[in-house]
Amino acid sequence: MSEFAPICIYLVISPLVSLIPLGVPFPFASNSSTYPEKWSAYECGFDPFGDARSRFDIRFYLVSILFIISDPEVIFSFPWALPLNKIDPFGFWSMMAFLLILTIGSLYEWKRGASDRE
Amino acid sequence: MIIDIREVQDINSFYRVESLKWVYGIIWVLAPIFTLVLGITIGVLVIVWLEREISAGLQQRIGPEYSGPLGVLQALADGTKLLFKENLLPSRGDTRLFSIGPSIAVIAILLSYSVIPFDYHLVLADLNIGVFLWIAVSSIAPIGLLISGYGSNNKYSFLGGLRAAAQSISYEIPLTLCVLAISLLSNSLSTVDIVEAQSKYGFWGWNLWRQPIGFIVFLISSLAECERLPFDLPEAEEELVAGYQTEYSGIKFGLFYVASYLNLLISSLFVTVLYLGGWNISIPYIFVAELFEINKAREVFGTTIGIFITLAKTYLFLFIPITTRWTLPRLRMDQLLNLGWKFLLPISLGNLLLTTSFQLSSL
Repeated sequence: MSEFAPICIYLVISPLVSLIPLGVPFPFASNSSTYPEKWSAYECGFDPFGDARSRFDIRFYLVSILFIISDPEVIFSFPWALPLNKIDPFGFWSMMAFLLILTIGSLYEWKRGASDRE
Repeated sequence: MIIDIREVQDINSFYRVESLKWVYGIIWVLAPIFTLVLGITIGVLVIVWLEREISAGLQQRIGPEYSGPLGVLQALADGTKLLFKENLLPSRGDTRLFSIGPSIAVIAILLSYSVIPFDYHLVLADLNIGVFLWIAVSSIAPIGLLISGYGSNNKYSFLGGLRAAAQSISYEIPLTLCVLAISLLSNSLSTVDIVEAQSKYGFWGWNLWRQPIGFIVFLISSLAECERLPFDLPEAEEELVAGYQTEYSGIKFGLFYVASYLNLLISSLFVTVLYLGGWNISIPYIFVAELFEINKAREVFGTTIGIFITLAKTYLFLFIPITTRWTLPRLRMDQLLNLGWKFLLPISLGNLLLTTSFQLSSL
């Protein structure tokens, strides 16, 4: 476990490295003139209409759902791939069956057009 | 009584030695980290300079030339200027999310540098899950982009953040499958072991020749993960003004730039480690130490050569992402997602199965 000690310290230092620059401009940079247009959201020079956090495209959700299916598949493959020469054919073929099921699922999703973006 | 005093003195000196040991231990751990952070900072400055010079060369301009010799200090000058700029907070946005977004992106990418080996013993943490740590940690970065896009409360920023998240997660799966094929070949997830496995046959031992499909898929997906130009949809300036960076100014804007260049550097370093043989000189039958007839201080010399070779491969490889920026047109969003899900994912899965069957038949 001792090789994780630098990682733990680095875990503290890297936020410092990226948070300290946020504080540096405070003594130098001043908010000189303040008027509402300066703070409003940029919409090509017009006053912003409506809230930005409204409805958005459902396809972004579909992409993340597809990712949630495929990511565990890949993550589960890591402990299978490393001792590949130690596990017997049973281990190999059980992973193949898992991959086959996932492939059928993604083919079905492909045919039904869940990954079509138009 | 005298004996007692001596004992007390002994105990005191013992305690002093113990506390000194503790201090030395802390310095021993902190020194490599600070060296690494300093090296990363200099590396990013060099990349910014390289990018501007190469872009200028491609467009037959002169490029930066006034600040420092050959304009080397241009990136430093730009960064200092950004530090003195006013920090604007959008009035209707979420101030906390807005401020913390760029930092999260930088933290996630900075953390992945801890597993990069520059020489055999020159790695911050030689974990046996090295590559896995990179994959896990680098997937935090799109959360930072999504947070900053949401916190700005601007339509362009929001769309840019959504696009960044969708793009990163789509291309992460082909990338991970390529890394999986590499770790299959070298039977390890440790970056040091992966480089060691490529050291046998010099130039021809590189994983590039054993994994040509994987290399191309890795190259395309790492370009997409870095949001470099054929895939820079989250910040496409013709569609979304600057994507998730639209509302940002001053050093927070600079942090996004630092994050994108850090990402470019780390993916180039990982290409070097995974496919191009890492710190090995890779020319068979030449041993550097014998070439220069140096026996004393050979370890220091060898380490210097190792760092030099790693960085040389990395920065030479960086020419590819920088030149594609000025040669390839941008994709559409649906083309981007189709390329990820319908082309790269099946190909990388097939590559993995091919590697597995070769590995099994060679047993």
